[in-house]
Amino acid sequence: MSDFWTLALGALALGGVYALIALGYTMVYGIAKMLNFAHGDIIMVGAYSAFVTFMLAGMPVWLCIVIAIIFCTLLGIGIEKAAYRPLRGSSPLAILITAIGVSYLMESIVYLAFSSAPKNVVLFPSLQGNPTATALITLGVATALMVALVLFINYTKIGKAMRAVSEDRGAAQLMGINVNFVIMVTFAIGSSLAAVAAVFWLMKTPLVTYTMGSLPGIKAFSAAVIGGIGSIPGAMIGGIIMGLIETFCDSIPGLQSYTMAVEFAILVIILLIRPSGLLGKTKREKV
Amino acid sequence: MSEKRTYFSYFKKGLTIRNYWVYTLFAVFIAIGLVLSITDLPKASTYQLFEQIGYTIVIVISLSLVVGFLGELSLGHAGFMSIGAFTGMFFQQVVLNSLASQKGFPAVIALFISMIVGGTIAAVFGFIISLPALRLKGDYLAIVTLAFGEIVKVFFQNIDIQSITNKKGSPVWSTTGIIHDFRFDYKWLYIIIFAVALLFIVMIRNLLRSPHGRNIMAIRDNEIAAKAMGVNVVFYKIFVFVLSAFIAGVAGVLFGVSQATFAAAKFDYNYSINNILVIVVLGGMGNLEGSIIAAIVVALLNNRLQSVLSGDLAALKNVIYAMVLIIVVIYNNAPFLKRFREKYNLRNAFNAIKAKIVKPKDSEDPEKGMPDPSYGADWSKIPTKIPMDAIVTTDVLPSNDGDEWKGEN
Repeated sequence: MSDFWTLALGALALGGVYALIALGYTMVYGIAKMLNFAHGDIIMVGAYSAFVTFMLAGMPVWLCIVIAIIFCTLLGIGIEKAAYRPLRGSSPLAILITAIGVSYLMESIVYLAFSSAPKNVVLFPSLQGNPTATALITLGVATALMVALVLFINYTKIGKAMRAVSEDRGAAQLMGINVNFVIMVTFAIGSSLAAVAAVFWLMKTPLVTYTMGSLPGIKAFSAAVIGGIGSIPGAMIGGIIMGLIETFCDSIPGLQSYTMAVEFAILVIILLIRPSGLLGKTKREKV
Repeated sequence: MSEKRTYFSYFKKGLTIRNYWVYTLFAVFIAIGLVLSITDLPKASTYQLFEQIGYTIVIVISLSLVVGFLGELSLGHAGFMSIGAFTGMFFQQVVLNSLASQKGFPAVIALFISMIVGGTIAAVFGFIISLPALRLKGDYLAIVTLAFGEIVKVFFQNIDIQSITNKKGSPVWSTTGIIHDFRFDYKWLYIIIFAVALLFIVMIRNLLRSPHGRNIMAIRDNEIAAKAMGVNVVFYKIFVFVLSAFIAGVAGVLFGVSQATFAAAKFDYNYSINNILVIVVLGGMGNLEGSIIAAIVVALLNNRLQSVLSGDLAALKNVIYAMVLIIVVIYNNAPFLKRFREKYNLRNAFNAIKAKIVKPKDSEDPEKGMPDPSYGADWSKIPTKIPMDAIVTTDVLPSNDGDEWKGEN
């Protein structure tokens, strides 16, 4: 394959990873109406879980991935119960600052436990140095997960409940939907997707550090915002856009060190033109 | 009567009625500093600690203005600080260096000019950031300010300052020239920083006590209601962002002067959050004095813990901060704790102590009994619907204005 196609495939795969993370942000925003700033750090915890089970305990890869997904899911549910549920119904600013605190807490705890030195985690030695295969696997799994998620939300009972809660929480509650349970399920799905994203991230860059989650987290959040936060197709489109921009900027020598600036500048421009993102709904505020 | 309500009348009121203790605290700090500097007792690290407390106070009150009083979240204040630090230091190094070497230009004046330059350029960027703030709100604005901070960081990381100043080495700003001369006299720097902090505190205090301040807080409490009451929301949002960015820029210059070297990478969003926002939240949103106390306590604790917890144990400090942050926010905002919170809080305790010690003298204090909206933003009210009666009945001055101010004359 020519360089161009390798690059394009890599961009799509990166976009797929961002989209997986962005789905967690956008679902939580759509249903719980809060910005889960700690979502990026769940990726980091997933990667560290893989580090502990694979590199330290020497378990088989598939078991490591399953454990990482289960651990992140439980962590997401736990965070929601301990930190966000007490604040339900209070101001968005308070919830956002709590989420920042949770993110800070997770990073500090991992720092305390594993020190700040980066560690190598090579989950698939055979895929090392084979970007095309890595990209194809990433893209395939990410697409399959997204299709499954869309089917889940559109055709299951709990999916219907999720849509109802995101439409109008009060009315959903009156119709007998257990809003707390629905929000818990949302966090669980978002966190498990983050764990999958962590595995793909390790395939791309096999290093874990305690701050590894914050940058992908912020970029994926930007992707969710570009696509229109609360919209699932929007998160996918935003993720792909983000992956394309990043790969494009990284491949041009002069632009390389400005990649992040370009990404954020595009985010700001899109927000200024369409404050609710590409596919977001505009909502009028009432007193 | 009404012609007496000029800016200076508010200024006088601000000086006389409230917050004796903040001014006293600063006076004590500056006096201690003068004594220490003259007697030359403490080590350089002690001065460094006081400098750190000083510029932390300045940057924290800058963010407090946006978050606590305008009610918008900014996650990119380190960006303003970075702009102030780099432009101020650059101006000082390049422009004033030549002046100083020729005519013996006093270093203090050079510092003040560079503070104004750094602050002004940061304020220009504050104006630019305030434009999206008019269109976006809440989480969206937070992410734009975060993006702004990161863009500034990337820009300063990549600009080759060394090539401009004809120096070799990595893109780390080394403060040489006039800064170096000034640092030599480090004993006096902390007094200047505290004086600047005091100036800004007095300024913001008086701004908040003026009609402009009430308008800003009205926007925080309910933007649409404020607009309906005739508050110029566009003007005040731009105004607060510009003022806050100016103060943050000055804080950046103070930071730059206090440090021997600093890198652009320091001013990332972690700095905005962990070193600025956390302090504002711990001090209490919409409470300037609380922010100042929190800045002093956190800076002192940071300094003490740094020597106690070395290496990887340093993260323990962050674990504690994060836990405290989460607990404070939940305690202050959780709906199910509301009754508990209203019964047991520090302000009630203080008031109880004050009531025991001081006998109230109604005739001397015309402001007594008037609710001061600058104290304690009630978060539960900010973004939600508040009943129309509450809007109409709070904070509306009687029509025959001046009646309440009778006590003064």
